[in-house]
Amino acid sequence: MTTADTTAGQVAGKLLKPRLSRLARREELVGYLMAAPWLLGILWLYFSPFGTALYLSLTDYDILTAPKWIGFENFNTMLTDDPLFWKSLSVTTIYSVASIPLQIVLGLFLAILLNTRIRGLAWFRTLYYLPAVLSGVAVSFLWIWVFSADWGVLNFLLSLVNIEGPNWLTSEDWALTALIVMSLWGVGGGLVIYLAGLQGVPTELYEAADIDGAGRFRSFYNITLPMVSPVILFQLIMGIIRALQVFTEGYVMTQGGPNNATLFYILHLYRNAFRFLHMGYASALAWALFLYILLLTLVVLRSSSVWVFYSGEIKGRAR
Amino acid sequence: MTTQTSALQPAARRRSMAPIVARHVEKAIIYFLLLAGAVIIMIPLWWMLSTSIKHPKEVFAFPPTFLPARFMWNNYTDLFIKAPFHIYIFNTTYIVIMDLVGTVATASMVGYAFARLRWRGRDIFFVITLATMMLPATVLLIPRYIIFNEIGWTNSFKPLWVPAFFGYAFFIFLMRQFYATIPHELDAAARIDGASEFGVWWRILAPLTKPALAACGIFTFNATWNDVLGPLIYLTSESKSTLALGLMQFRGPHRTDWHYLMAASTLAMLPVVIIFFFAQKYFIQGITFTGLKG
Repeated sequence: MTTADTTAGQVAGKLLKPRLSRLARREELVGYLMAAPWLLGILWLYFSPFGTALYLSLTDYDILTAPKWIGFENFNTMLTDDPLFWKSLSVTTIYSVASIPLQIVLGLFLAILLNTRIRGLAWFRTLYYLPAVLSGVAVSFLWIWVFSADWGVLNFLLSLVNIEGPNWLTSEDWALTALIVMSLWGVGGGLVIYLAGLQGVPTELYEAADIDGAGRFRSFYNITLPMVSPVILFQLIMGIIRALQVFTEGYVMTQGGPNNATLFYILHLYRNAFRFLHMGYASALAWALFLYILLLTLVVLRSSSVWVFYSGEIKGRAR
Repeated sequence: MTTQTSALQPAARRRSMAPIVARHVEKAIIYFLLLAGAVIIMIPLWWMLSTSIKHPKEVFAFPPTFLPARFMWNNYTDLFIKAPFHIYIFNTTYIVIMDLVGTVATASMVGYAFARLRWRGRDIFFVITLATMMLPATVLLIPRYIIFNEIGWTNSFKPLWVPAFFGYAFFIFLMRQFYATIPHELDAAARIDGASEFGVWWRILAPLTKPALAACGIFTFNATWNDVLGPLIYLTSESKSTLALGLMQFRGPHRTDWHYLMAASTLAMLPVVIIFFFAQKYFIQGITFTGLKG
């Protein structure tokens, strides 16, 4: 009985083993085939351009003649001999520093209002989310018209409360502010994700706080905020990556003006590359931006250990 | 959320009337804030719509009129006479469709390979995939332009849609995450029934991922329809113009016909708005699934 069993098992094992590995080999082949477009894409559209950008940033290149190796000259020019580099960097940084926190605070506030068992939640969510899907040239035109000094709806509304609105887009002092205000229109974009975060907070926490006599603001500060802090971190990083690469508004609405007040970094890069054909220098600009984004992301991530709370960490187990 | 409030209700009932009044006041304040916010959000869109059907003389009225005195619907038909809008729409639609097909097909297939098949190097390539998502698109802008320029693709639509067939990291990631939620019993059963690996993907699993595919499709549609920088760099001739480029030429250097410009802008936004209203569900699923803000 037992011997028969073992031999049967051995025979089956001998038969199965090569069959399994043949299947595994087949699976591997199919895996490579199905992933092939993307694997080729990584090479052709990511690795190779990435390397090319690195190489070009060390050359003088105008597309028409062969690139000329100049070492770190482009970076030297950028730091010491291009005031517009510093101007565009500061414009973009101010834009990001103002618009990202405002978007996060407003978005979270809206989500908290919507998370109170009110009627018409779906309607409000749709209305608030709509502007977030709109972008591009049409939206820029719409806002030029809203900001129009003499006939725009914004200055009309301000005049109702006896404020004389500025020449938003043509004033050096107000143009960047106008674009920051405009960026808040898309605040509903973060709403869905904040709502998901808020609804994931266990209700026991609020009940316990209620029993302990904690007020509304205490609960918000000690429960809501820590529990949604991972979502805020994510929004912060995505916001940085997006805001530092803003282009269309500056290109369409203000052409970087007046007097370079809205010269976004990518606009400066675009002009160097495609208007002056300084491809080498523009590549160096691209690399500098990449490093800047990387640096900011790392700083935010490092700081997150202080202000981001993961409930799984404390409990020692997930959920 | 509902359980939270209902769980608190018995406690509230035991207390006096004061908190109930306070609760009503609070609700009223919340509604007021939400409605005020919604009105503010809608004002710019209303402003665009009402201008788009105003008579040119009424456009510059001050104080501005809320509703046009006469509805000038022919502002919209005039557009097609003043500029080749049908060409812009056709070009944009062509690029969008090609981009959609490429993105969705590749994301589905590659996502499946990452989620369901075992092959050497898979995990390393997955990390690389995630890393490419961190790479700012603008770093690749110039070298890609040079690559496409060398093979003679400038002033053609190819640089705008061919990359889609090689896949986008974000959508591959989204699909991979979605496949990972589908129980393995399904494909195991199909394999026992003799389905090929390819067949398991195409016939059994891909149909189950329709919501995720819809999310990929909608995000791609929006991004491509609204794209400015891509067409700006690659397309130079008028006959190749997309809506974004056409719109930009529509704004005169000195005098701007705002009623036409707003009509054109409305027209350019319309498909996005319509798709958003019909496919909102998939938008929200896609966002919550990946944690991305649209």
